[in-house]
Amino acid sequence: MIKLDEIQKRILREVADLHEVPEGAFNIRSDGHSVGRQSTANIEILPKTDVSGLEIRIRPGTKNESVHIPVVMTKSGLKEVVYNDFFIGEGADVLIVAGCGIDNCGTADSEHDGIHRFYVGRGAKVKYVEKHYGSGDGKGKRILNPGTEVYQEEDSVVEMEMVQIKGVDDTERTTLATLKAGAKLLVRERLMTHGEQRAISKYDVRLNGDGASADVVSRSVARDDSFQKFDAKIAGNAPCSGHTECDSIIMDRGRILAVPGLEANDLDAALVHEAAIGKIAGDQIVKLMTLGLTESEAEEQIINGFLK
Amino acid sequence: MLELKNVSFAVDADLGDREIIRDVSLTVPAGRLIAVTGPNGGGKSTLAKLIAGIEKPTEGRIVFLGEDITDKSVTERARLGISFAFQQPVRFKGIRVMDLIRIAAGKEITVADACAYLSAVGLCARDYIGREVNASLSGGELKRIEIATVLARGATLSVFDEPEAGIDLWSFRNLIEVFESMRAEVKDSSIIVISHQERILSIADEIVVLKDGAVDRHGPREEILPALIGTPSAVPECRPAEIASERRVFGQ
Ligand SMILES: Nc1ncnc2c1ncn2[C@@H]1O[C@H](COP(=O)(O)OP(=O)(O)OP(=O)(O)O)[C@@H](O)[C@H]1O
Ligand SMILES: [Mg+2]
Repeated sequence: MIKLDEIQKRILREVADLHEVPEGAFNIRSDGHSVGRQSTANIEILPKTDVSGLEIRIRPGTKNESVHIPVVMTKSGLKEVVYNDFFIGEGADVLIVAGCGIDNCGTADSEHDGIHRFYVGRGAKVKYVEKHYGSGDGKGKRILNPGTEVYQEEDSVVEMEMVQIKGVDDTERTTLATLKAGAKLLVRERLMTHGEQRAISKYDVRLNGDGASADVVSRSVARDDSFQKFDAKIAGNAPCSGHTECDSIIMDRGRILAVPGLEANDLDAALVHEAAIGKIAGDQIVKLMTLGLTESEAEEQIINGFLK
Repeated sequence: MLELKNVSFAVDADLGDREIIRDVSLTVPAGRLIAVTGPNGGGKSTLAKLIAGIEKPTEGRIVFLGEDITDKSVTERARLGISFAFQQPVRFKGIRVMDLIRIAAGKEITVADACAYLSAVGLCARDYIGREVNASLSGGELKRIEIATVLARGATLSVFDEPEAGIDLWSFRNLIEVFESMRAEVKDSSIIVISHQERILSIADEIVVLKDGAVDRHGPREEILPALIGTPSAVPECRPAEIASERRVFGQ
């Protein structure tokens, strides 16, 4: 039986909504080691032998199954790079929940760099949820640098939800995706930075097949003295459609840089970029104040809704 | 219940100060429905904002339930029992209709309670309760949700700024029912409605005509309404909105 302490349990709740050991396939990694692993008839999780990480094989046609691979770090000063490869069989329909929580009460920096590669078979559907969370009041930084690579075969659908609301000091996220004909990628990123935090998110999406489409949307809030950069590039190399959107609220002395990058290499590539950055609209605050909220309660409501 | 004492409101303009509200004194007794009408740009919305605390008078005092609220914030006034439906309701990304009604009610309410408020403004509650109050809502839908939030507040004084604008005839009748039920629900509560609609003016206890920032006329409906009928200050409901707005050119 897996034994988890209170900090580990709290982090698991934050990053994976897990209150118990999950159903279905899972691997729980804590402070550099796997503390529990389970494969199912259709989903096989194997440790890699050359580097740290997992190989996750999902049989073709697997439906309504889930894989949880949360990572918990509670030791100050730990640095790790983990390579997880997902092979998703043709026609499968699965939910993959990753996520990393760092509790750093010490003085040394803790860092987790998760490199996730997805090989998505023809017609497969994947929903991928990745949450980041940091806690602990030590001086040591909590650093997460996720790298995601997605290789989509014809008519596959990948939906990614990436959330980082609290406590991560430094993130550099890179997401690379290549899509064949009829494949579809949907990305929803939600981000809030505080204090001196810095978050960079880069996308490089290549629409290589006829009818491929991508929709990359980031909603973010930068508070205090934090900085964010959203750098989304979509290349349309075939008749395809691509959309990137950065919708952000700045508060205090927060700064946000949105860099649009659209590259149309085909006459029938339709690509759109939207970016809106600004402070909370004054009339929104006033409206909520007429309903009895104080100014700061109104701000919290607006931000919670915005990042929901 | 509400007393405006010599209230003026001026803004900095290119050519010196400009007075938008000029020395307005007005008493709203308890348990009354007061309609405020008058030409576009006459200062009606500004008066409503002064009452809600969104703007502060440059001169004069505002007294609510015996307390001087001139220096009180929007929040404080809301908590004392003043509620305000905007002429142009605000949209919020990510805040759902249910959230907004819950905030307005100021307590945890059931979905059934929230639905009752939406039904009262003629919206099929099930379709709206989970929707975001964002750009996907039409102007008329937004306007009705705005009214539902004021309803949920159960305030002592509710101010509606042109609540009928963008609303079709069916719900126009509904609106009058809403006012009636609000008055029945909260004892001695009063309502101020800014409107050009004859139908609404004709259910008011008193009518105020605001022109060039000042009270032009004020008195019981029977006294004021007859002279307004046929002018843009009291437009019959059957007249299409476009024509009505074209005719809002005032022969002053
Ligand atoms: N903050 C402001 N700064 C400058 N001018 C203002 C300001 N607020 C209102 N005004 C002006 O004051 C006048 C009164 O505006 P207000 O919105 O109160 O009129 P209204 O009677 O509600 O008109 P309508 O019937 O069109 O809604 C208008 O001329 C408007 O342009
Ligand atoms: Mg107005």
